[in-house]
Amino acid sequence: MGRFLLRRLLQAVVVALGAISLVFVVVRVVPGDPATLILGPDASAGQLASVRADFGLDQPLWRQYLTHMAGVLHGDLGDSWRLGGSAVSSTLDRFPATLALAALALLITVAIGFPLGMLGARKPGGARDLLISTGSLVGQAVPSFWLGIVLILLFARQLNWLPSTSDGGAAALILPSVTLALPFIGWLARLVRNGALEESAKDYARTARAKGAGERTVMYAHVARNIAVPVVTVLGLLMGNFIANAVIIEVVFSWPGLGSLMVDAITNRDYAVVEAAIVTITLSYIVLNLLVDVLYVVLDPRLTPENA
Amino acid sequence: MTATTSPLSTAPVLEPARPRAHWRHRVPARVWAASAVLALFVLAALVGPLLLPYDPVATALPDRLLAPGAHTADGGIAWLGTDQVGRDLLANMLAGSRISLIVALATVVIGGAAGLLVGLVSGYFGGWIDTVLSRIGDVQLAFPSILLAILIAGVLGPSVANIVITLAVTRWVVFARVARASALATRDLDFVASAQVLGAGHARILIRHVLPSCWQPLLVAATVQIGLTMVAEASLSFLGLGIPADATSWGATVSAGRDYLGSAWWISTVPALALAAVVTSVGLIGDAFRDVADPRAQL
Amino acid sequence: MTNAVTESAETGSGADDAAAELREVHIGFGTGRNATPVVRGVTLRLRRGRVLALVGESGSGKSLTSLALMGLLPAGAALTSGTVKLGGEDVAEFTDRRWRSVRGREIAMVFQDPMSALNPGFTVGRQVAEPFRLHLGDGRRDARAKAVALMREVGIADAETRYDAYPHEFSGGMRQRAVIAMALALGPRVLLADEPTTALDVTVQAQILRLLARRQHEDRLATLLVSHDLGVVARVAQEVAVMYAGRVVEQGPLDAVYTRPSHPYTLGLLNAVPEPGTARPVPIDGQPPAPGALPGGCAFHPRCPFATDRCRTDDPALTPVADGRAVACHNTAEVTASQRLQETS
Repeated sequence: MGRFLLRRLLQAVVVALGAISLVFVVVRVVPGDPATLILGPDASAGQLASVRADFGLDQPLWRQYLTHMAGVLHGDLGDSWRLGGSAVSSTLDRFPATLALAALALLITVAIGFPLGMLGARKPGGARDLLISTGSLVGQAVPSFWLGIVLILLFARQLNWLPSTSDGGAAALILPSVTLALPFIGWLARLVRNGALEESAKDYARTARAKGAGERTVMYAHVARNIAVPVVTVLGLLMGNFIANAVIIEVVFSWPGLGSLMVDAITNRDYAVVEAAIVTITLSYIVLNLLVDVLYVVLDPRLTPENA
Repeated sequence: MTATTSPLSTAPVLEPARPRAHWRHRVPARVWAASAVLALFVLAALVGPLLLPYDPVATALPDRLLAPGAHTADGGIAWLGTDQVGRDLLANMLAGSRISLIVALATVVIGGAAGLLVGLVSGYFGGWIDTVLSRIGDVQLAFPSILLAILIAGVLGPSVANIVITLAVTRWVVFARVARASALATRDLDFVASAQVLGAGHARILIRHVLPSCWQPLLVAATVQIGLTMVAEASLSFLGLGIPADATSWGATVSAGRDYLGSAWWISTVPALALAAVVTSVGLIGDAFRDVADPRAQL
Repeated sequence: MTNAVTESAETGSGADDAAAELREVHIGFGTGRNATPVVRGVTLRLRRGRVLALVGESGSGKSLTSLALMGLLPAGAALTSGTVKLGGEDVAEFTDRRWRSVRGREIAMVFQDPMSALNPGFTVGRQVAEPFRLHLGDGRRDARAKAVALMREVGIADAETRYDAYPHEFSGGMRQRAVIAMALALGPRVLLADEPTTALDVTVQAQILRLLARRQHEDRLATLLVSHDLGVVARVAQEVAVMYAGRVVEQGPLDAVYTRPSHPYTLGLLNAVPEPGTARPVPIDGQPPAPGALPGGCAFHPRCPFATDRCRTDDPALTPVADGRAVACHNTAEVTASQRLQETS
């Protein structure tokens, strides 16, 4: 177990460093001079030069890269020229709001998608089953920002049931979380349905039936136990997805999370903040994958540390 | 009698055909419906703008925010309504369908070609090339693709070409994985080995033997990606990182109408529903493709 | 040995001593006119303390026949006509609830592959204990104690600790012992064993067969042994029914069928078994027909060395012949005569 985790951890570190380098390349190599942007088009050459020196932009690229990576290792990604102060700390301030959104979205997706999938597997080809397979396609096909706006109009403006943006209360979480979750409920249901259908046709399910177990016991004890492993993997991916997709949803709902911060920073070429935000999201993505690996070993009795 | 193995076990029989297997070979009605939607979409993109030209910078203030079916000042009928500056939504939709189709196709072709090349090389040669290319793919997949798209599009600035570049860069890995898996599976087949023995060069083997095995899974991946690309383009346009102001796409129109959803719902809703219909249709056809290609791969 | 077979070939005679019974059972895949017949009129009776072996190639319908007794036909397959009786009751009357109380308690099953028959996600012990929990409503501790005792009884050493092991941590033979323990947990009257030793090593096969035979004897089980292995059948069964293309073509006491087969297919099967000290085994020519594409007349005629014109048009009925047997063949006399000829030559 220890060695397996260590190997995964090392892989994660390599991937994280690669990802951070990729961000650096995209941001620094691509045209657009941050100094001009900060000072506006009327700035003098001298002013520009001093700003460049302040942000290390006058250095050769490889030196900028090394300085940058050294900073990353110390948890320092430079200062935000717009917000002032450390980019990392302003990013981390916003992160909990995004996490809360993603976590609730995950809860909603599982709470609805899992039972829906199990029900679909009970009667393949039935009305529920068709609903799931169509729902999973339509869910992915509707642009989520449009869905978010429609939900705001309906539940915030028309019915006045829920707040459309953050007001400090927990109810404000509901609309954006639902918007995040909706496209993936059908998707998860379909995954669960296919897995459950496959498992329920296996010999062990027949053995359970031969022992006198009812369909409910077969599905919710025997089959559910065996699709738990793949479903958990998918939940890790989903959580990562929700954190990333929150970028758009947060703009729709003016949600004070990481995503709206990052979109703001991108349009203003506030690269330190962009990098900090992307690195944070990417790291959480990688950590989630690690977590899934651990859960995988815990959940599947056949995966002993040696063969994992 | 001390029989250990019985000859009976050596006579396998076809499992009785299940009824489900029958309608697999028939094309379900929903796939026909999906094909019809797609055909309409392509037709609209090809000839629509010729029939009903759209001027992205024109304004007709008297005709602002007309509901679908209303009469315009010059006596015409705005079948799908007008937008916030009085442009006809139908003309806008037809023009937008062209951009949406071009972006989706260009992305899939460019990303698919790049992915195919990388996947073929990676899967066929294996070794360190494979390791390096696969790791690069891993690093990229460590990013949520929407995040990478936002980053690249944000840095490049809004233009149709940049959108295609952005989306192609975020999608090539998917195609590379698919192509690599196919190449890997084909490489070890007997006829490839015998071609090598006969002295065929790598290029020849790749093109004649390995490449054909990649088409089918690649096509399945491409149909799925076309749908995802259209939604991604819409999302980027929504963030102001997509289609520039002097052009239009369905996604851009959905985004442009969001401030008027309360008063003029059609501006945003018509293209959103059209987008959903097309993407769902592409998904249905992708599913049908996959069922034909590999009935077992349901997950 | 009583004349069970002649009795069963007749209809309507007192069936009270049958623990389980199939009468003229037809099973098809699909429904209506498109239904593919897979089992075509099978009549069998299982009696307490006796083992009836159902022999045939894969696809002959023998497994479906046994699953019909459990009410566990796979999706798509259905009983199209005939009656299935358990303990004298027609199962057509059974509700889902009744089925659940019957399965595991009155009729139980041992499957071919003990690895796939056990749930990989649960401990073996939990699965052995499941019948106690399902049927007797036992708590976790009671069920565990009973399951451990049961596991010990079927020869699982160190049952107390092995209770908490997972199926992949068991050897094939031990897994099959656990499956047998599960089946015998509540003392059923009827046991269905579908190729119980096929997936096991030869040495383990013998142990499992001994275990089954012992429990069969002690519990006076009415057993249906489904097998393609004539050697296994010879060791445990008293009666044999040979199936071909969904029909029983020969049925009778084990030694009668084995020493003097009256159906050309049975003869072919026996000739195809390699036996030390005799001539080389002769496999039967050709392939069994696919269900839904059966030849006219007797389904076996394309592969039959005795086939005549009549066999191509007339499907022979299962008819009683000498020594308590029933055979479905027009040319039984020729089949028997050919063996006498072989023996004298």
